[in-house]
Amino acid sequence: MSALGDTGDGSLHPQGFVHVRDAHKHFGPQLTLGDRIAAKLGANVETRSVRAVDGVSLDIVRGETLGLVGESGCGKSTLGRMIAGILTPSSGSVAVDGAPVMADGKKIDTRVQMIFQDPFASLDPRMRIGDIIAEGPLAHGLTSKAEQAAYVAGYLERAGLDASLVRRFPHQFSGGQRQRIAIARALAMQPEVLVCDEPVASLDVSIQAQIINLFLALQRDLGLTLIFISHDLSVVRHLSDRVAVMYLGRIVEEGPAELVYTAPAHPYTKGLLASVPRLVLDETELVTLEAIEGEIPSPLSPPAGCNFNPRCPLAETRCVRDDPELRLVRPGHLAACHFAE
Amino acid sequence: MSAPILEVRDLKTHFFTRAGVVKAVDGVSFSVGPGEIVGLVGESGSGKSVTGFSLMGLVDPPGRIVSGSIRLDGEELIGLSWNQFRALRGSRIAMVFQDPMATLNPVLTIGTQMRLAISAHDKTSRRAADARAAEVLTRVGIPEAQSRLGAYPHEFSGGMRQRVAIAIALLHGSQVLIADEPTTALDVSIQAQILTEMRDLAAETGTALVWISHDLATVSTLASRLLVMYAGRIVEQGPVATVLRDPRHPYTAGLLRSLPATAKPGEDLFQIPGSTPSLLDPPPGCPFRPRCQHASEACTTDPPLEVSGERGVRCFHPLRQTVSA
Amino acid sequence: MSDPVMKPLTGDASKAISPWRDLWWRFCEDRVALFAFGVVVLLVLMALFAPLISPQNPYDLSGLSLRDARRPPGFVGSGGYTHVLGTDAQGRDLLSAILYGLRVSLQIGITAGAVALVIGTSIGITAAYARGFVEAILMRIVDLQLSFPPILLALVLVALLGQGQAQLVTALVAAQYAYFARTAFGAASAERSKDYVEAAAATPLSARRIVFRHILPNAMPALIVVATVQIAYAIALEATLSFLGLGLPVTEPSLGMLISNGVKYMMSGRTWMSVYPGIMLIILIVAINMVGDHLRDILNPRLDK
Repeated sequence: MSALGDTGDGSLHPQGFVHVRDAHKHFGPQLTLGDRIAAKLGANVETRSVRAVDGVSLDIVRGETLGLVGESGCGKSTLGRMIAGILTPSSGSVAVDGAPVMADGKKIDTRVQMIFQDPFASLDPRMRIGDIIAEGPLAHGLTSKAEQAAYVAGYLERAGLDASLVRRFPHQFSGGQRQRIAIARALAMQPEVLVCDEPVASLDVSIQAQIINLFLALQRDLGLTLIFISHDLSVVRHLSDRVAVMYLGRIVEEGPAELVYTAPAHPYTKGLLASVPRLVLDETELVTLEAIEGEIPSPLSPPAGCNFNPRCPLAETRCVRDDPELRLVRPGHLAACHFAE
Repeated sequence: MSAPILEVRDLKTHFFTRAGVVKAVDGVSFSVGPGEIVGLVGESGSGKSVTGFSLMGLVDPPGRIVSGSIRLDGEELIGLSWNQFRALRGSRIAMVFQDPMATLNPVLTIGTQMRLAISAHDKTSRRAADARAAEVLTRVGIPEAQSRLGAYPHEFSGGMRQRVAIAIALLHGSQVLIADEPTTALDVSIQAQILTEMRDLAAETGTALVWISHDLATVSTLASRLLVMYAGRIVEQGPVATVLRDPRHPYTAGLLRSLPATAKPGEDLFQIPGSTPSLLDPPPGCPFRPRCQHASEACTTDPPLEVSGERGVRCFHPLRQTVSA
Repeated sequence: MSDPVMKPLTGDASKAISPWRDLWWRFCEDRVALFAFGVVVLLVLMALFAPLISPQNPYDLSGLSLRDARRPPGFVGSGGYTHVLGTDAQGRDLLSAILYGLRVSLQIGITAGAVALVIGTSIGITAAYARGFVEAILMRIVDLQLSFPPILLALVLVALLGQGQAQLVTALVAAQYAYFARTAFGAASAERSKDYVEAAAATPLSARRIVFRHILPNAMPALIVVATVQIAYAIALEATLSFLGLGLPVTEPSLGMLISNGVKYMMSGRTWMSVYPGIMLIILIVAINMVGDHLRDILNPRLDK
């Protein structure tokens, strides 16, 4: 089920520029020979697998920014890695512009690039940043040794860094600068799709603002298709055209950013939005955060029926029995809930 | 206001490294009343965490408290011997950290750890200790606390572990609780639960709470007073809503304007120009000067904290009009 | 829009600070280790230039005279020069014999260490990168190897292969490659799960490039530490074998052999024949180990900021 061009009568609809079809990713326990023997003998060995991504379909229009939000264990990072070609789906497919991103467990399409959360870990500490940025393009023929310097300088400047810094090493830069280097590296591969996994989460507020502005500029100037993964709802709202909310490996709501934030259809989204602290500007206001009850269940044993039913204020017996599908609530806005209007 | 339970005067904590002296905390003064929740906010390098550690006497070499005074219920903490401080730590002043595993030992059960924490300051029987532990655990929201005493930390989720860490901090009915980013690493929905619980707990037990965070929204939900730190100093202070609605210091104003929550979606966010200053041998004058639009010649000398009523600003050119949020 | 680069704590702001240079600076902070490093360098130079600096060529049988045999230090021999450290049972100048012995010991130790490094690292990194079945097989072999005492393994191999430099090096390599393999495996596994390796895979870059350009250089620090310690161990192992008469032939005595030759004279008070080579051996091994220890200390854990 996809929000794009869904005519409601089951006819074929056009695929998005980024097309994820029924993707699943299961992580099984790494059982050694000893574990297997122990399990046979009756020992209590964990054999369940984690369903990190449990049947996700997405269509993203070219040039659009999709925000992917959710809490820990929801699978947004795993989904992001599948789109970027780092993880092979256990089943299902990921395609960009009709062409599959991976084949035989290896990534084959360079049009999708990724930016990681930790700017300290995502750059090789023993390479100069100029080499880090040039490595991919050189390997894929996007530039040559002769043109390398100019090529790298161009992307460094686009990311907001001075080109004279090419010979330095990552540890000589601050967190925000390293993230810019990571962005330059991704852009140097001339991607059409950029998957950003919590790119501003580990940055200070004032640096966050700089990087967010950089993303805004990239959206405007390069027309990139962006998949922005974050747990920070306000950052996602600021950058995204559409938002998809994930819970325990599934998309529970998907729609235009403004609609999802102002008129959420799924109880989880509603609960999430209500529990985010807001700036208190009025001293007479007593802020009560309406927290969602309970804990996020372990992904090793998701609840029967709707994943959210143990914590949902609207839950009924129907919710434990039937898994709700993503349905259209209004044009372009989907929610997976029996009660979504 | 009744007599403050915690009074900090001109605290200075410096780190003496190979490269020079890092003035992590450079003249911080504030006081907290019983049952009050005070928010200490700042970005990385502001000195907020080091302030928290200084209050607990947990500053390790090459750092040390250079000067100043910390009074807990009238008693001076600076200059106490290691053993004297140890008697206070955990019983009268306690701390909760960002990572609950900083408090919890992974190889001991919760019950054992709480018993150890209790017996560090009180001699009671094992049964009495367990009963007390179960009571505090229930209070922080751990269901079936009595049976959970035999569980290990890894059997709890992140949010639960943090609750246990908070419970341990509350075991002796401390007068002051310092919380250093306790909910930053937790999921939004769990964070909301813990925020509400802590606010209620503080009110119930009369414990003063110093909440250290970089997240203005979280702090504003909890605290009644806000202290904004920059480069080791408090640059603005006052009632939370007033400061956020009507910031006087250019840094506070800049920080608020750079939040996505205060801007329209898709609009460029305000950027405070430049970057956080190095605390290594800082030049004299206002530390925010290189990044401030309103800076002038006067700013090359250290601005004093100007206090008027409940508000204070450390600036020669404080903002007068309301900055639109 | 560009913000200024944060001033690094050491060095000139306009220069790039490579991790190797940073390592060197931190190494130099410990005077004792720096001194040990100096000693190692000195010994290596002495060994290299042994033919030029020894008073006598101990392998030149024609220059030896049995009348000079077993003479104490200070003896003026038939060649006309003072034997500073005395002579051995064949009449060789002990100082010269020690210098040449040092040369042989270092040669064997470094060769064995280098070959074991290459073989062990290849196995370890392959296992770490390939994972799965390949990893299981390779590391089980390594584990098996590690459960054998190296000296036993070396003895058996030397007994089987016979005497000679090549055979000895082979035996030492076989006894030691597993330590390199284990260290390389550990370091490579740690690096493999880091974000920058994932980023390389996401570009995508070939496995070969990832291993040689990313994993290997970042595993180097750990490998260097093991290499220094293992070279010292190889030297000690060789000395042990030679002492037992199983190492090199008698005509190319290493330090161990010299000690062995002199042992039977210890009781009669002619201690110099064993003691001086022994002291040289100890200095060599201890100095190398001190360098290795300090390297290990500064490399892990790295206390940043």
